[in-house]
Parts: sequence; structure tokens; C-alpha cells
Amino acid sequence: MNASHHPSDDLLWSYAAGSLDEPSSILIATHLSLCPVCRAVVAKAESLGGELFENVDAAPVDAGSLDAVLARLDNTEEEDPVFSENHGHGEDGATVPAPLKEYLPGSVPSLPWRWLGPGVRYTPVVVEAKGPKVGLLRIAPGTKVPMHGHNGNEMTMVLAGGFTDATGSYQRGDVEAADDGLVHQPVADPGEECLCLVVTEGELQPTGMIAKVLQPLFRL
Amino acid sequence: MTELLVRIAEHRDKDAFSQLYAHYAPRVKSYLMRQGADQASAQELSQEAMVSVWRKADRFDSTKASAGTWIFTVARNLRIDALRKEKRPSFDPDDPAFVPAAEVAPDQFVEVGETQTKIKAAIAELPEDQAEVIRLSFYHDKPHGEIAEYLDLPLGTVKSRLRLAMRRLRMALGEEL
Repeated sequence: MNASHHPSDDLLWSYAAGSLDEPSSILIATHLSLCPVCRAVVAKAESLGGELFENVDAAPVDAGSLDAVLARLDNTEEEDPVFSENHGHGEDGATVPAPLKEYLPGSVPSLPWRWLGPGVRYTPVVVEAKGPKVGLLRIAPGTKVPMHGHNGNEMTMVLAGGFTDATGSYQRGDVEAADDGLVHQPVADPGEECLCLVVTEGELQPTGMIAKVLQPLFRL
Repeated sequence: MTELLVRIAEHRDKDAFSQLYAHYAPRVKSYLMRQGADQASAQELSQEAMVSVWRKADRFDSTKASAGTWIFTVARNLRIDALRKEKRPSFDPDDPAFVPAAEVAPDQFVEVGETQTKIKAAIAELPEDQAEVIRLSFYHDKPHGEIAEYLDLPLGTVKSRLRLAMRRLRMALGEEL
């Protein structure tokens, strides 16, 4: 089934331009693996990049640089390092798309899951680059995540199972963008555990999250 | 240009490569300099980019992108790697989880060249303030917040200009919003 909730055009265009931070790009590339519609949007944005490329003021290259490059072409020893062939963790083969899998040290069940609340577990995805925090969330079937607010932007993408809140129903491939001020209570669909990739600006450490979950209560 | 790239992919044609180099190496270098590379590293990286173009030419699909678009993506990825020291997460059509696009009906199939021509015309017709934010976004590695700072405009204005520009470009490509 194809995704029906997509990331904003802003994000897709920033990804195409190469100006989106690495953590957010993980979620976008993971969504793109599952969504031909958004791949087409990115391809269009890249065509725009290509067109701007034709119009750019060319910077003269050093004399002799072509010869230097030609001399390297037959040298097969300095091949590029292979970066994206990590299709290991066999059992997740069809669940976790490749762009995310490259950041995981093992299969989903083997990750260091931390208890966040009844039926809710979280594990951080380690990204060296600066930017928002990335993590995976597992929610047991039928579990209500406590009502919570958001201090910054948050993107959640469903990898397995699904959840529903006041804004709609989210299934595999769907992305929910929550911005400042959205207060919601997601409920995992019955039947299958819900696995989500979450990208959060600001602080959403596991401990911070419990505080965050309680925050709206304190505000009241 | 696209034909040159196909000759490189299929026949490892160095004459075609030399012609492609003459056209694109100066563009790649200019792009990298706008991204903050100094003259010497932009020169070195543009050579790297063109070596990558040679090595990866077999991955170029002329039904999906023009030569310029594909070389732009090679240069962009190299920039993220070399200048920003970050990885570029990207989808992989060989991934077992990958969901392929439905087959396009022959009467709906749009030639790459046609798309490129329409985009060219649409860019030429963009109002300057919109064209500027698009250029900054593609050529200066600036997140929207920094573009706002650079132009001394509220972030909301930058985002709405980008959105207007995208809408015009999408309409030019004959799509609904």
C-alpha cells in the first residue's frame, strides 16, 4: 500500500537541494524508499537544480586539469568506498528501508530499547551530524500514548503497524508532521505492534520525553 | 550532453568525457565555490566529481534525468560528503523494502527533455525575488532560516516566496498542486 500522508514540499525540496540536515534526511530518504509520489517531486526539484547548473557562471578550471583527470580514469584501484550496500539484519529486510538500516547497529528487536511508559519503548538512532534527534518508537497494539504537546517540530513516520490520532490514521510509509502547539494522543492500531521513526527538534531524550508527556498537565 | 554521458556509460569514450568535462567541470567548480569552498579545494573537488561521473556513468538513466541534473546530484552529494562532512541518506532501488512506481501509461510518459525545457522556461519567468530564494536554496547550502537572515527577511516571507516559486514551477510542469 502506498503512503497517503506525505512530508511537506519544503522538506522534499530542501532534501533535493542538499540543504536539509542529515537527521531529517534519514526520515525523508526512508519515506522516499516507500513513496513513488514523493520520489517524483524530488526528481522534479533535482531537474530544477540541473537547470540552474546550466545557467551558473562557470568558474575557469586550472589548465591541465583535464589531463590530470584523464590520467586517473583507468586506475581502477582507487574505486569509491562502497557506502550503501548494508542490507544485513536479514529478518528486517522488508521492514526497515535501506537508508535507515545503515544507521542501525543490528536488527530492530536487538536494539537497546528503553522503557518509556506502559507499552511504549524508545531507542535513539545514533547520527554524528548536528541537527534534530532521531529515534525509533515501539508501541504495543492498542496502546494509548499519553496526551502530549510539542515544543518544536516533530516528524513521525510509520514503519510497521499504524496509529490514529485526531489528525488522521497513519500506516506504513505515512509521515505525521507535528509542529509547536499540536497536542495529541496517538493510539496504536490493534493487531500489530506499531514501529515509528521519530525526528525531533529540541529535546526529546527518553527522560525528557516523560517530562514532555507530563507538561500539558502542568500547564493546565 | 546527455548523449555524451551515454557514450561514456556504454563505450567508456574518453573523447566524450573530455567534451563533458569542458562543459561541466567549470560549473561544478563554480557550484562548490558558492558553497564556501576556496578556489584550490573547489578545483580539487570538481576533479573528484568528474572522476565520479566517469565511474558511475552506468548508473545514469537518460529516461529519468538530463545529464546536467544527474551531474548536479553527483556534485551535491560530494559537497555534503566533503564540505559538510555528513552522510547523504538516499534510497536504493535494490533495497528489498523499496516500493517501485506503477508503470507509466505510454500516453502519460513525459520525455526528460520536455520536462527540462518547461523548467527552463518557468525559471526564466519567475519574479526575481522568488528566483533568488530558489538559487540560494540550491546553491548556497543555506537552510531557510539562514536565507532569511542573509536577505534580512522574516522566515515566513522566505518560506512563502519558496512556496510561490514551487507552485509556479509545478504549474509550469502541468501538475495540480
